[in-house]
Amino acid sequence: MDLLLHLIKKNEVSITDIPIATITEQYLATIELMQSLNLDVAGEFLVMAATLIHIKSRMLLPPGEEEDEEEEGGDPREELARRLLEYQRFKEAAEELEKRDVLKRDVFVRPAEVPEEVEPGGFEGVSLFDLISALRHVLERFPKERIHEVTLERITVREKMNFLLDDLHRRGKIIFQSLFETAASRLEVVVTFLAMLELVKIRAIRILQEEKEGPIAIELAAPLEDIQEKIAKEGIEGDSSGA
Amino acid sequence: MERDRLRSVLESLLFAAEAPLTVHRLSEVFEGIERKEIGSALEELQAEYKTAGRGFRLVEVAGGYQLRTPKENADWVKSLFRARPARMSRATLETLAIIAYKQPMTRAEIEAIRGVDVDGVLSTLLERRLVRIVARKDVPGRPFLYGTTGEFLEMFNLKDLSNLPTLKEMEEITLPQSPDSGSLPEADDKE
Repeated sequence: MDLLLHLIKKNEVSITDIPIATITEQYLATIELMQSLNLDVAGEFLVMAATLIHIKSRMLLPPGEEEDEEEEGGDPREELARRLLEYQRFKEAAEELEKRDVLKRDVFVRPAEVPEEVEPGGFEGVSLFDLISALRHVLERFPKERIHEVTLERITVREKMNFLLDDLHRRGKIIFQSLFETAASRLEVVVTFLAMLELVKIRAIRILQEEKEGPIAIELAAPLEDIQEKIAKEGIEGDSSGA
Repeated sequence: MERDRLRSVLESLLFAAEAPLTVHRLSEVFEGIERKEIGSALEELQAEYKTAGRGFRLVEVAGGYQLRTPKENADWVKSLFRARPARMSRATLETLAIIAYKQPMTRAEIEAIRGVDVDGVLSTLLERRLVRIVARKDVPGRPFLYGTTGEFLEMFNLKDLSNLPTLKEMEEITLPQSPDSGSLPEADDKE
């Protein structure tokens, strides 16, 4: 639902008149990309993908020729639109809640227990979908290499992490897209992206988005030396903190 | 009891209390004093703190009264604590909103709205005591019904559930169609 709504907003189209072919294509592309990054693609994504494809196929049928009595009559997208609208309503309600004077953020009470330190890892208001769709734009610059000439320049995620840290240290806050300026191949883009996720996970960097759908920026979340120490100490593999 | 004295004691109680104090609880403490009188003393304190620009306010929250720092002082108070407060993910907040508005509801009902599994977020919410199991639904399988807690009201500065911001109607906010709706808005490459 979230991904679908995200794509609809991104394309600036109306929920009640979804360009089903375009949206389905983008939805599938996003899932494919998530899978290739080894991100967990939950079953629900596949259910939604199937729903979209089903609707798409029904829309290809000439109107009125459909025998399906229960689903007869009207736009096959209607049910989906209804669900999306309801979901959107709660999404907005959640935003309203967040704007209230939240305890331990905006207002405090006595006896003030020290606020818990747990900070469930998160993207500081930037959703994974925002990142993935930004990544998709970057990847569009690189044609899919159908025929592989295997001259792999070996860049490891670990090396990329150090590179990113140095870069951020030097340049301060940088825009997401510019992380990939020097990338020479799809592989390198993906490695860079994974390195960035790794850094988020260990809370070495922060991902910010000043306004919704606005540019995504990245900055160091702690002094460089602290981060390097942390990486050296923990050894990034096998760390399973956060969501 | 004299009015000034009542207000002073009331202030002490509010200061020492660990949770919002209900008028009911206060009337137990002030035996023999009418609720109405307690109520108006509370209102006086409330007005006094506000007009004097004090560093705390008397706020009606979760069915009671509580002293809370005003929002404009938040940054200062925060810098007193080293740890940052727990951040809530969008998924958690959305799930919480759904439960708040439609409670009591089952997990399956929440999932039908969100379209994804809510197992993880639900246990986070239960753990943080913002949500609790209120009953079992009388349908096959007798699934749990979830609802929000007093902590939820406290967290979001809500007097009671009727105080929730009203849900927007199911009307759609149609975005203006961009002239080249084929390409995505932020596809401009930096080169």
